[in-house]
Amino acid sequence: MMPADEPPRVEEDGLTRKMTGDRRVHREMILEVANLTMRFGGLTAVSAVSFAASRGEITAVIGPNGAGKTTLFNCITGFYRPTGGAIRLHRANELPVDLHLLPGHRIARAGVARTFQNIRLFPGMTALENLLVAQHVKLMAATGFGIGAVLGLSRYPKAERQAVELARQWLSATNLLDRADDPAGALPYGAQRRLEIARAMCTEPALLCLDEPAAGLNPRESDELARLLLEIRGQGTSLLLIEHDMGVVMRISDRVVVLDHGKLIADAAPAAVQGDPKVIAAYLGEGDEDEEAEA
Amino acid sequence: MAYALQQLINGISLGMIYGLIAVGYTMVYGIIGMINFAHGDVFMIGAFIALITVLLLQLGGMMDGPAAILLVLLVSMAFTALYGWSVERVAYRPLRGSFRLAPLISAIGISIVLQNYVQVSQGARVKPIGTLVPGGVEVMRDGPFVVQFSYIQMLIIAVTLGVLAVFTILVTRTPLGRAMRACEQDSKMASLLGIDTDRTISLTFVIGAALAAVAGTLYMIRYGVIDFYIGFLAGVKAFTAAVLGGIGSLPGAVLGGLLIGLIETFWSAYFSAQYKDVAAFSILVVTLIFLPTGLLGRQEVEKV
Repeated sequence: MMPADEPPRVEEDGLTRKMTGDRRVHREMILEVANLTMRFGGLTAVSAVSFAASRGEITAVIGPNGAGKTTLFNCITGFYRPTGGAIRLHRANELPVDLHLLPGHRIARAGVARTFQNIRLFPGMTALENLLVAQHVKLMAATGFGIGAVLGLSRYPKAERQAVELARQWLSATNLLDRADDPAGALPYGAQRRLEIARAMCTEPALLCLDEPAAGLNPRESDELARLLLEIRGQGTSLLLIEHDMGVVMRISDRVVVLDHGKLIADAAPAAVQGDPKVIAAYLGEGDEDEEAEA
Repeated sequence: MAYALQQLINGISLGMIYGLIAVGYTMVYGIIGMINFAHGDVFMIGAFIALITVLLLQLGGMMDGPAAILLVLLVSMAFTALYGWSVERVAYRPLRGSFRLAPLISAIGISIVLQNYVQVSQGARVKPIGTLVPGGVEVMRDGPFVVQFSYIQMLIIAVTLGVLAVFTILVTRTPLGRAMRACEQDSKMASLLGIDTDRTISLTFVIGAALAAVAGTLYMIRYGVIDFYIGFLAGVKAFTAAVLGGIGSLPGAVLGGLLIGLIETFWSAYFSAQYKDVAAFSILVVTLIFLPTGLLGRQEVEKV
């Protein structure tokens, strides 16, 4: 929380942030994970994990295969309903929202967007349409649930124009402007990854969750990705990412959370995590083989 | 030549009706991967509601002119849409996430329920109604044979094209249409983007039922007789049309409907009217064996 004697600088999006030099010291949280447990039958994939992601920061979740990272993600984004514990989203100037109690589409509306390890675009729709679908909630409200659009009411073209405008901004930010009208399924792999991020951003989330965004990218593409993520953070969106590419993680993360066998073993700045003996042991193994399947 | 032309006109107007019903099958299949076997009976409900509306209007002495026909069409669409919504809500939504056959069986059950409900409430006798739209245009005269393009056939073609045009705009240009296509391709992902998939599916049923109501109304006006059982045959033929066009494909459904209508009409004209259903259903069998994805259907690519 903000110390009382240091008045927060309020930016145009209502984000409070204080900088001392390059490092963010404030710890106002955007996402709170409290005592989260997820069991599949007898298998405990995530066990009593608690941490908080700070607003306006990039928080990385790392850990060996089967550590429960993706399960944690699926709980946060409503794919799974957690067995126990709570997940709360704290948006600026709003009451906290209990994500673990919401149905899937409400989580997105609350302000959480995600991308997938294996890309899940709508392959039969164009890149632009993929981004417009992401703005569905806004557009539906503007059109009287689609009826207005058929009748050609005046509010609709305006809302649609704004939606296209936002989509074009993200297409250009992700370097996809010239592919706007191509079917998403026909784009090259790296472009599909970027489009997925663009689509998530078009929901105008407070928190963007990325599941291994650098998987399968070449070093140049990874660099571009890192730049894109920093740009997104610069615009005031908080990020939570799972990543195996330690180069990317250490370069862009403000904070690193380490999971192993479903338990939290470290939660610190990147440099501190790198030297943590528990983390090194988890990655190099300590005899007992990791056989948990990552769900 | 004149005879063939007449059959062409008849075939196209019949095919349009099949096409309208087939769109309902194909839409529902596209979005939840289920064949809604009760859809034919929703068409029958549409015809009955249109009939009741016509009788009420006649009672009030207001059943004349295109405005009355339009009113009948709208009333039928509204009430049938309500039926479509209720069917989905009551019989299919509770079974979502259950095994694949469950909603299918539920659909067959609903089909029987609707048939019996109409039979009990409206009686089992065939309901005749006088000609509502008389007359037509003489297109061509070949000796004693006159090629007629009746006003009702024009009405069928015009209304169908109009409804399909609105429907196409709805699906391709509006947020609702995009949401429907998104749910079709990946409903879980769609919900992660904030789309209420349950509501989108409900709306799909509502739109499908409204289209079936248009078909039912046109059928009632064209043939002048309906009974509680018309939904079965029309439904199965429209299903054949949807399969022939490629189930899941909207233009395919219309194309399939037209083809089935034409084949059936020409078969009865040149071979035997008694065996016209054999012709239609042989196409179903042949399509399923040799062209399972249909004319415009796309090959399913399983991704891991």
